[in-house]
Amino acid sequence: MGLYLMPAIAGIAQDEGPSEDDIAYKEEYEAMVAEHGFHAYAFDFFVTSMLWTCIAAGLVFIMHLGFATLETGLTRSKNTVNILFKNVFIISAGLLTYAFWGFNSHYPGDSWVIPGFLAFGSPIGDLNADGAATLGYGGISLAMTGFGDFIFQAMFAATAATIVSGAVAERINLKGFLIYSIILVGIGYPWAGSWHWGGGFLSQLGGGDSAFYDFAGSSAVHAFGGYAALAAVLVLGPRRGKYVDGKLRPIPGHSMPLATIGVFLLFLGWFGFNGGSVLSAEPAALGLVFTTTTLAACAGAITAILASWIMIKKPDLSMALNGILAGLVGITAGADSVSVMGSIIIGAIAGVLVVVSILFFDKIKIDDPVGAISVHGVCGNWGTIAVGIFGGAPFMSQVIGTVSFSAFAFALSLILALILKAMGLWRVSEEEEDTGLDIAEHGQEAYPDFVKSSGH
Amino acid sequence: MKKIEAIIKPFKLEDVKDAFSEIGIEGMTVSEVKGFGRQKGHTEIYRGSEYTVDFLPKIKIEVVVNDDTAAAAKEAVTKAAATGKIGDGKVFVLPVEEAVRIRTNETGEAAV
Repeated sequence: MGLYLMPAIAGIAQDEGPSEDDIAYKEEYEAMVAEHGFHAYAFDFFVTSMLWTCIAAGLVFIMHLGFATLETGLTRSKNTVNILFKNVFIISAGLLTYAFWGFNSHYPGDSWVIPGFLAFGSPIGDLNADGAATLGYGGISLAMTGFGDFIFQAMFAATAATIVSGAVAERINLKGFLIYSIILVGIGYPWAGSWHWGGGFLSQLGGGDSAFYDFAGSSAVHAFGGYAALAAVLVLGPRRGKYVDGKLRPIPGHSMPLATIGVFLLFLGWFGFNGGSVLSAEPAALGLVFTTTTLAACAGAITAILASWIMIKKPDLSMALNGILAGLVGITAGADSVSVMGSIIIGAIAGVLVVVSILFFDKIKIDDPVGAISVHGVCGNWGTIAVGIFGGAPFMSQVIGTVSFSAFAFALSLILALILKAMGLWRVSEEEEDTGLDIAEHGQEAYPDFVKSSGH
Repeated sequence: MKKIEAIIKPFKLEDVKDAFSEIGIEGMTVSEVKGFGRQKGHTEIYRGSEYTVDFLPKIKIEVVVNDDTAAAAKEAVTKAAATGKIGDGKVFVLPVEEAVRIRTNETGEAAV
């Protein structure tokens, strides 16, 4: 009552009844109720969902800190500045390219260049305009505003290049990698992503009846990054000293505490990665996704521990960490559509798969310091196909989808790597590699006061 | 004056320090070093592959004492650092020509 009378007392303006905003709100609300038969919580639901989306975007952002510390921990101290630098660059450049090109290429609506296959990007405009800040933008299933949609998807985009960063660590040319990651994240990722999430050909398989299904991106994000990493490493070759006279000589990482912090941060961030992919705060779906995500990660850790203990006779911490990530990558495609038991089986198989795969790639001389090809590539494939087994998606569509993403990422990455190699921008000199990229590329040390331990 | 230079297992540092205190040695210099003797290195495992670590972490203790304390100091470190297992380390006793306490310019045994 007091507030209501204030304008009159102050003599500013007479109360003229409800404002235009109030009327608009009431009309929108009534339209919502009419359209969805929705009860009185519709607007609350919209606001809550939008808030959850922004929190989820923040959690996905934290994953980049996880990647940075994981990669740092699993490599040598002389390349630490270089790895951190790459991670800082990728997140910054990735978000900008997504705003200038990626978002509209990823979600082209009707403006395809080659229908269902390729759409050009363009800078985002005012995503609050034209009703995009109301529940009418995406309805109940995409309960967020246009900007909410953008910022959540943008956080995903940089992940693809971050995955590659770990695999090529300790020998990649910095300039070459920066060019590579801008093209991979800026153009490649949204291009392939449009095939599924943008309504492209993968979502139209069988006339839409047997559409490919990848909930949060086992293929669209992880297999994409993993296979891009594989091509990049094939062109790059192993680190000096990893294979001496044809024999494998391990190059241990310099900080297992940092690697462990990284994996726990990634685990935390995954609640946003998968949980945010519900695209609303719908209680039933959100609870299921959090549960399946967690259980798959735990199952992956346990089976990776068992597999490493049996196969290499020791409980290897780096394998246990990769087991957590394997379970998370595996469950990403079906987190909303598999049962609790299904999620545990998916994670458990991913945990074994990642150990076998890391040992296999080490053996065939594909040197991947952090195990990114195995974690993201191999387990991304597995997780996608697993939705065809445990989640009711058409099996063949899952195979077609995951092969499409993997093959495209591999081909694009191979072409980029070969061009950059021809330009002399792909690998550092032997001398620079021995010195360490921190001094060679940046003239800076990560731990200037430390006495360096032995090793190359 | 004699310099006692002892290379010991890292976890024995506290025991040696206590043993030195008991015989009245008031200061020492300690460094973290790496090396190997008859113990050679040991093998570690990383991601399923074994590799040999040749240089093991050790602690080097340096103290300079009067001639008549040298024997006791040698005794103290030898006893305190022993585990009876390979890799216990070594003790060297060296003659010292001169010593100066920088603050006061005292020299010789008064400086140690």
